[in-house]
Amino acid sequence: MSENNTRDQSENVGIPAPEGRSNLIDTDYVIGQDNVAGSALGFNVDLHGKVFTISALTILLFVIVTLALQNSVGPMFENLRVWLTSNLSWFFLTGANVFALLAVGLIFTPLGKVRLGGQEATPDFSNTGWFAMLFAAGMGIGLMYFGVSEPLSHYASSMGGVASEGGVRTDWAPLGAAADNSDAAMSLGMAATIFHWGLHPWAIYAIVALALALFSFNKGLPLTMRSVFYPVLGERVWGWPGHVIDILAVFATLFGLATSLGLGAQQATSGLSHLFGVANNEVTMVVLIMGITLVALASVMLGVDKGVQRLSQVNMVLAGLLLVFVIIVGPTLLILTGFFDYLISYATHLPALSNPFGREDANFSQGWTAFYWAWWISWSPFVGMFIARVSRGRTVREFLIAVLIIPTLISVLWMTALGGTALDQVVNLGFDGVAAASGDLQLFEMLGNLPLATITSLIAVVLVIVFFVTSSDSGSLVIDAITAGGKVDAPKPQRMFWAIIEGAIAIALLLGGGLTALQAMAVSAGFPFTVVLLVACYAIVKGLMDEPRGA
Amino acid sequence: MYKKLLVPVDLAHVDALANALSVAGDLAQHYHAEICYLGVTPTTPTDVAATPAEYEQALRNFADAQAHNHQQAVSVHAVVSPDPVADLDDLVVKAITQVGADLLVMATHLPRHLDAVIPAHGGKIATHTDISVFLVR
Repeated sequence: MSENNTRDQSENVGIPAPEGRSNLIDTDYVIGQDNVAGSALGFNVDLHGKVFTISALTILLFVIVTLALQNSVGPMFENLRVWLTSNLSWFFLTGANVFALLAVGLIFTPLGKVRLGGQEATPDFSNTGWFAMLFAAGMGIGLMYFGVSEPLSHYASSMGGVASEGGVRTDWAPLGAAADNSDAAMSLGMAATIFHWGLHPWAIYAIVALALALFSFNKGLPLTMRSVFYPVLGERVWGWPGHVIDILAVFATLFGLATSLGLGAQQATSGLSHLFGVANNEVTMVVLIMGITLVALASVMLGVDKGVQRLSQVNMVLAGLLLVFVIIVGPTLLILTGFFDYLISYATHLPALSNPFGREDANFSQGWTAFYWAWWISWSPFVGMFIARVSRGRTVREFLIAVLIIPTLISVLWMTALGGTALDQVVNLGFDGVAAASGDLQLFEMLGNLPLATITSLIAVVLVIVFFVTSSDSGSLVIDAITAGGKVDAPKPQRMFWAIIEGAIAIALLLGGGLTALQAMAVSAGFPFTVVLLVACYAIVKGLMDEPRGA
Repeated sequence: MYKKLLVPVDLAHVDALANALSVAGDLAQHYHAEICYLGVTPTTPTDVAATPAEYEQALRNFADAQAHNHQQAVSVHAVVSPDPVADLDDLVVKAITQVGADLLVMATHLPRHLDAVIPAHGGKIATHTDISVFLVR
């Protein structure tokens, strides 16, 4: 170094603070060492050669085969899904319980004091911006779709009571049902719904996000799924075992995302036709997906701060308005008392609902719970990685409370308000419309029985669309990072490529009727990922143990 | 005429910056100006550094090496961003006022079709600042 350099006071201005103590992992791997960088067709690229090529080609092949051989491929995937969720439901349920126990347990241990990004790291986003992004990425469209339909479905099956044939239960009711007891059926139905949208799904996200954030921000490894396996595989994670893990993560993300996008497109089209009489057909859906992909493209180019964060905040405000509106004009007292009643009901039913062994309600525990867990798990690399990326500077405790407890309470309130209002309409007011409507229309039917239906339904459609956009753009960022070997500053055209691909897959499979195949694939990807997550649990504990803890 | 030059650098692609760096050095010698090297790093580990703190050290080492070439005063300004690719333009514009620079010298590429969709950084920054901008090709 030269002797004659002088520095003024301007150094250090931009760095928040020295990052403080943390325990970096010493590895010979250089981030991006396996990347292919250069210029192709006028686009600059910087990608992980193997992960990008294999995942891009396989996905292309999958779309072509699914479209070409619909009649044989569809049932095949469907059978795979049924086989996985029925024979391995104990595995999914046990796994989810492990994740939930670890995530809740860590809040109360001294390990909760570890700060992501080093002891003196500071958060990159404000609390509201951060929280809005967590929520929009984590549940989004699903809350709109299932908020009304799931409580209604569980209520109806519980009212129906237990039915069995040859010793096997044929009804879909949770646990022991609540035949002809309206209050008990409501309580059980809400508990079952909250169970599927409460602690367990958020624990799944929290585990993935925590593992990724820890190994990236504190240990200095690239931000991809394989880094989590470092404590187990050591330097081998940079070779084929790591490639396979990353490729799996790309699949799970793309399939999970496209499934949601398909659901979202169907619901938004139903809503538009319900509101404005727009033709409820494939043309509308395709135009909608194309429009939405364009907005997602713009958002992805604007980046995390100006794109995703702002849209997520818009979403939070709109969802908040809708929630407050339903609470005020709906059965206010029922919702407010219901919030606590259903929370208690959830807590009392939790042990039985989460029990993985000896379940008699096979249809419910396999068809609903195991399916949901597999679905959340297939979403977890995407949501987890996105949550990790925006969570630097938070302590583990802060992080877990924000990712686990607060979203669970909000989900409870959301389900109570939307589902409770719909149940009230069906049970107490005798409106049959809501219960009779198809899944994607139930939300609008419920809103239709309240005042200002046109305005609120419009807000609901906009919400579905914006949730669609925030899922698509954050998904593109995540897939881009994985396929670029953990680089988050790869050239922009790459993330645009993935945003377009997501829209294209959703369109192709919607037209080809491949959405069930897609959903089956998403769930199938959930199985290997449960194993990945169990390893992540071990890695988190091991990684946190040798991190310095704050005072 | 110029007292402080701001030179944005990408430590992962230093070879692409050779022209801009030597022009900046010549200008600094001519005006007896100080050069502030601006680096933007993501919060996640990169090939340059595992943490933002490590990145800042790398930027300082780079600045020291440059100072050895042109013998002018140097300083560094390291910025951490969760999404550098998207935020770069804004961060450079912000850094201009933060460090009080009066001339921006940066590398850029030849115009190409993609610029219609993703504008080059230099041109875009020039429209958002009141100091002089020197784009080196």
